[in-house]
Amino acid sequence: MGWTPELGLVLTLVLPLVGALGILALAGKPNLREGATLAAAIALLANVIPLVIMVGDGARPELMITEIAPGLDLTLRLEPLGALFAVTASALWILNSLFAIGYMRGNAEHNQTRFYFFLAVAISATMGVAVSGNMLTLFVFYEALTLSTYPLVSHKGDENARRGARIYLMILLITSLALLLPAVVGTYAVAGSTEFVQGGLLAGAGVGGATIGILLVLYAFGAAKAALMPVHSWLPNAMVAPTPVSAFLHAVAVVKAGVFTMLKVVVYLFGPSIVSGHPAANAIAMVAAVSIVLASVIALTKNNLKARLAFSTVSQLSYVTLGAMLATPAALAGAAFQIVMHAFAKITLFMCAGAFYTATHYNDVSDTRGFGRKMPFLFGAFFVAALSITGLPPVGGMWAKLFLSAGAAEAGAWWALLALILSSLLNVGYLIVIPVRAFFASGEKAAASTATAPPLTILPPVLTATIALVLFFLAGPIYDYVAPVFGGVE
Amino acid sequence: MTPEIAFLPGWLVQHAPPLLVVTPLIAGVIAAVLPSARASWGIVLAITFFAAAMASFIAMQVMEVGVWSYALGSWAPPLGIEYRIDGLNAGMLLLVAVIGFLCAIYAPASVEAEVAPENRSAFYGAFLICFAGLLGVAITGDAFNVFVFLEISSISTYALVAMGAGRDRRALTASYNYLIMGTIGATFFVIGVGFLYMATGTLNMADIADRLQGLEGDRTVQAGFAFIVVGLGLKLAMYPLHSWLPNAYSYAPTLVTAFLAATATKVAFYTLIRFVFGVFDPGFGFAGLSMIWLIAPLAAAGMVVASFQAVFQSDVRRLFAYSSVAQVGYMLLGVGLGTAAGMSASFLHLFNHALMKGTVFLALGAMWLGFGVTRITDLRGMGRTMPYTSAAFVIGGLSLVGVPGTAGFVSKWALLVACLDRGWWWAVLALGAASVLAFFYVGRVLEMMYLREPPQHDGHAVTRSPAPLAALAPMWILAAANLVFGIWADIPVRLANAAAAAVLGSAP
Repeated sequence: MGWTPELGLVLTLVLPLVGALGILALAGKPNLREGATLAAAIALLANVIPLVIMVGDGARPELMITEIAPGLDLTLRLEPLGALFAVTASALWILNSLFAIGYMRGNAEHNQTRFYFFLAVAISATMGVAVSGNMLTLFVFYEALTLSTYPLVSHKGDENARRGARIYLMILLITSLALLLPAVVGTYAVAGSTEFVQGGLLAGAGVGGATIGILLVLYAFGAAKAALMPVHSWLPNAMVAPTPVSAFLHAVAVVKAGVFTMLKVVVYLFGPSIVSGHPAANAIAMVAAVSIVLASVIALTKNNLKARLAFSTVSQLSYVTLGAMLATPAALAGAAFQIVMHAFAKITLFMCAGAFYTATHYNDVSDTRGFGRKMPFLFGAFFVAALSITGLPPVGGMWAKLFLSAGAAEAGAWWALLALILSSLLNVGYLIVIPVRAFFASGEKAAASTATAPPLTILPPVLTATIALVLFFLAGPIYDYVAPVFGGVE
Repeated sequence: MTPEIAFLPGWLVQHAPPLLVVTPLIAGVIAAVLPSARASWGIVLAITFFAAAMASFIAMQVMEVGVWSYALGSWAPPLGIEYRIDGLNAGMLLLVAVIGFLCAIYAPASVEAEVAPENRSAFYGAFLICFAGLLGVAITGDAFNVFVFLEISSISTYALVAMGAGRDRRALTASYNYLIMGTIGATFFVIGVGFLYMATGTLNMADIADRLQGLEGDRTVQAGFAFIVVGLGLKLAMYPLHSWLPNAYSYAPTLVTAFLAATATKVAFYTLIRFVFGVFDPGFGFAGLSMIWLIAPLAAAGMVVASFQAVFQSDVRRLFAYSSVAQVGYMLLGVGLGTAAGMSASFLHLFNHALMKGTVFLALGAMWLGFGVTRITDLRGMGRTMPYTSAAFVIGGLSLVGVPGTAGFVSKWALLVACLDRGWWWAVLALGAASVLAFFYVGRVLEMMYLREPPQHDGHAVTRSPAPLAALAPMWILAAANLVFGIWADIPVRLANAAAAAVLGSAP
């Protein structure tokens, strides 16, 4: 039996789970156990790449897993946005695993088997989100992702970790039970299904304006993984987790699942034609603009490195929400770009922070002064990633900001443009200064330190930073890849 | 009438409906007087298994032929008592019988720990009689007969609850309270039936339904309706008539709690539906209005208020007793909608709730057997000390919250869709609030079980002590059912639709 696209879809879910079982089975043998993680990660990427190429050629592989009850089916279907998300996540799983091995061993963390196990389960859920063919399926995997990441956030097991993890779970589950689920059911009630349809399910069903508004608001705040203010507070609280988890949550899995849901809902459930210019969408876009600026300002005040990165994430995620809600072709393309570009940049930043912590056990921004000359690769990577977040060339993040600005102009939303500019300036203030000071300022701690980070914690961020640079030159192909999705806009 | 089931003797097939009820009733008496508790249990196990088999057979039969009417003693209805099984109560019979059998497996573990030795045979006897009573309520088509069976099950329930006194003396007052409230309920119910008899001159439910046509404005009929709804409302713990339930559930022997939570209120709920929709015509102004203006708002209030109360309980069984009151609200809401979709969702939730509460209470029972604890704070570290029981509890709890992939999600989904169909946004809101509260009260317990260290005893952490297989097996069967019916809900959905069709179809 050869590989078929349908089998490939199933394998995207199953391979990480097989990896998870392998991890459990090899619990006593750390080297083999990590081997299982890496093998599963590489197999997953090898499985995803042909799928991505097929989708680029116009195929839409589809498979119904099961029909829970008549009309309620769990279906997988891959389209360009999902493919982009899937390939980003599976590629980063490999790099993040390498980093995790270095970090977990470097810090002699306990319960490592449990850690790798739930990481693999969470990847499976993330893949499920990426390849979902309807909103119900997406919702199921979305919840699975919440539950499977909970043990990761509470990994340390002390009172602080428990508290952070409790808030994490509480906000994500409550919003999804109280807002997202009614939104999904509401979609089902008015449209008769929750299927993702090119051009928009609800646009095709001719649903009235007020209902659209209510549903949009429910989705925007129900998908709290997208961290739109004021449902963002789970994210800084999740910082109690070990750094590989933060890297994973903030770059790859959880937050991206949130904004991806947002994008997918706008493009395939509502349809850009009815979202664009809708008063509710405009209101949400303004909330997103406020989130962008406010979170950046808060980031500026944080001295703890991970906390600063967390608020930076809150800010950057709202770019996607903003793009989705403006819903012009350029804005949507910008949102799609932002998902990918931010993933590579932010994972780099977190891995750098983790590597720095492993080497020195310092947590604060002020401690990094002068370390640039001691750890040139680490802070070089940090610098590249910070450029990407800010949106400067020659790094991939620039394209996202460019398309988003074009989209804002297209929609005539001057305030969105203003927020984007303001945020970029703030980015310079809270992010780019860090590597600059590391290289050009001098610090007592740096002068006294002889610490070195394990190579396995340095290599992955350097690689992801390199990819972020390469992505700058791949803007054309990526745009061509996602363009068909927005084709039905005008 | 069923030649294709050749391996069963003809008389057994033909007389399956009365045998289903009479066998446990007679066996109950025998079990009560046997000197050996083990032998009594043997009888319970055999009879409940027999009943489960009979109920499955009857259900299959009803699926094929539609309605199965059996004239008791060959006295033709409406003069004689009629046992009448359709798509609605076939499912109820099956549910009660199967849950009864699963509880019977678990019984000796619970009884030997909680019931005084001299009471054990009596306990098994009362259990069987209660079981028979519940089956009788579900199967009969005669209004007065419903009352008789309701009292048979209730009175034996009072005895069963009181036997918890071996463990906690408060079981006696709990049982006494329940007796008072239950008797008031039964009295109201029988007065209501009396009114109906006054107005129509018959006790056969189908016959009453026929003769009630055109009596919509009749004061006697309206009074009868009110008495019946309140009476049954007491029995099924409809908010705010639920005050007996939390104590009864908390102090009864663990087995009884699991059994009652999964069956007794469900049967009373079934009876309410049967009367409101099968006997009275929902087209009657007062019946329809009472659904919209009385049942639905009370249901929503119960969902939210009882869930809220559950969050603040310190005794874990009490917590889930309040949760049961809230879940009854879900079911009543579906009925209050008055649509086929709502009714179907309601039955689906009835079935699923039996699965989840059965799991939860069996797991809590096992924890009590293992460590003698029912306070939430005493459950800390349970995830490590009783891993299998805790895992089953997690499944039941998640199902209660309505996490996708569990049975609870499917029925909540159906209920939400039904509410939106009707345009009841406030009900959607109430459901959302209740779900969030459910997350809180389940989460509280889960956190205690998995994120705290096991308690210290004489300076040592309490060691692992998995529950006996007799407790684990039924618990895991129910837990697995929660998962299976969360992913392949085709069968329960079809049963629920059939039940809804039977209810709404039988109303002329």
